[in-house]
Amino acid sequence: MKWEPVIGLEVHAQLLTKSKIFSAASTRYGAAPNTQACAVDIGLPGVLPVMNIEAARMAVKLGLAIGATINRQSVFARKNYFYPDLPKGYQISQYELPVVEQGHLTIEVDGREKTVGITRAHLEEDAGKSLHEDFHGMTGIDLNRASTPLLEIVSEPDMRSAKEAVAYLKKLHELVRYLEICDGNMQEGSFRCDANVSVRPKGREQLGTRSELKNINSFKFIDKAIDYEIERQIDVLEGGGKVVQETRLYDAAKGVTRPMRSKEEANDYRYFPDPDLPPLVLDDAFIEDVRKTLPELPEAKRARFVQDYGLSAYDAGVLTSTREMADYYEQAVEAANADPKLVANWVIGDLSGYLNKENKEIADSPITVEMLAGLIRRIADKTISGKIAKDVFDAMWNEQGDADTIIENKGLRQITDEGAIEKLIDEVLANSPTQVEQYKSGQEKVFGYFVGRVMKASKGKANPQQVNKILKAKLPG
Amino acid sequence: MSLDKDTVEKIAHLARLQLNEQELQAYTDSLSQILGLIEQMNAVDTTGVAPMAHPQDTVLRLREDRIEETDQREKFQRISPATEAGLYLVPKVIE
Repeated sequence: MKWEPVIGLEVHAQLLTKSKIFSAASTRYGAAPNTQACAVDIGLPGVLPVMNIEAARMAVKLGLAIGATINRQSVFARKNYFYPDLPKGYQISQYELPVVEQGHLTIEVDGREKTVGITRAHLEEDAGKSLHEDFHGMTGIDLNRASTPLLEIVSEPDMRSAKEAVAYLKKLHELVRYLEICDGNMQEGSFRCDANVSVRPKGREQLGTRSELKNINSFKFIDKAIDYEIERQIDVLEGGGKVVQETRLYDAAKGVTRPMRSKEEANDYRYFPDPDLPPLVLDDAFIEDVRKTLPELPEAKRARFVQDYGLSAYDAGVLTSTREMADYYEQAVEAANADPKLVANWVIGDLSGYLNKENKEIADSPITVEMLAGLIRRIADKTISGKIAKDVFDAMWNEQGDADTIIENKGLRQITDEGAIEKLIDEVLANSPTQVEQYKSGQEKVFGYFVGRVMKASKGKANPQQVNKILKAKLPG
Repeated sequence: MSLDKDTVEKIAHLARLQLNEQELQAYTDSLSQILGLIEQMNAVDTTGVAPMAHPQDTVLRLREDRIEETDQREKFQRISPATEAGLYLVPKVIE
């Protein structure tokens, strides 16, 4: 039987507000335990939540970017369960009336476009963290994260392969960073993903029983975890068994999913509207103000890069993968006043290569826009060759100054003086009588040998086109 | 509408309430009465009445995104039964 996987994703994006969603405590990551957990966050009696306007703006921003309906009125509800990192005994979330509903994202897989529906995006507060290392047989609780704003973005079960799920997730990740509503840091847990996976016989309308995969906190593992789960469910069904609806954890070390200990009645959250919080009402003016803050979105930017800079769709895609890289590129093109394709090659090639190697973001690049532009100007005006430019780039990366300083200090200026090149060629030819004889007897591949020797004699500085031209003229043939 | 004891036991468990046999009976009776009242209200024709999310006809007040809280960990932890390295300690949670 042919099986068809059905996948839906739930993403929790931590919003980049300065203070928490329902209190004025800081959301900064990495502070000493419980130093950013105020009376509201730890649920002391008598406290009341007061909502952060910025969290509402950010939710609306996402809603507008995915073409969704922004609900003029949405309602906060209490999701009740007991866990030590949730001191109130409930999480404030949205249930029946979320702030954002019915949007979509377009993904591209194997050259084909596909629209993935987004059912809803709702605002909620995060819980604290449990530290399970041994504290004399006890568990440590850090409530700094409690009440940090989250936007939970729930997709329709529209994806049919792990590949599509990854494409959707990458698209969403790119979008929240473009919108500057989430830093997308998966290691620190600011962008977390759960996947609902089921399989059904191909052609059948009715959905199979799903399992929920939790704890997929790296792009590297998402397709592996989903593929494993698809295979597992197919094996169960083909073996005559039934898939159980359950929550499973992905174990990255072993590459398998395994069931979480099922908490008794874990799903009976008894949602009800939070009496502390009247409805969140957003008027048209509020929404229009947010609309004005929308940046150029990735797709529009990509199209513009192809159109305005004559880049390939691929290059434009790489350069617009983050807003920072796109800005860097555009500023470099302007500063260098050079062929945009040449600038693109340097940003996508050497710069990205060095950044990846040292695991740096473009914002932390030791080579500023102005420095890269300075280097490219010297390539464009033929002061240095593309090959020497790579050495200059390396020196700039290692903080030896800007391109002009390095070219001057290391004497890297390209030799374009015909007389000087001629002199180098004469010397090489005089010192290679055997090769000259070989060339004369028709072995034309020796030509490359001469070019190599001349370039070496010039320490790579001779203009290669001129070397070729003059050498051809000097050799008999 | 009346609730059975099993349902009340389940609700009590979800709320982490321990009820003895006498209390269980008392809650079963009074919760059933509350449900009866709700049933009575359900019978009212509410066609054309917009549902309310909150008993007060008011909207959520929003505050600007500013950090105004300071670190009061020491104060808060003074009333905590066990702390270590800035953490609240609780009986081991096994996941």
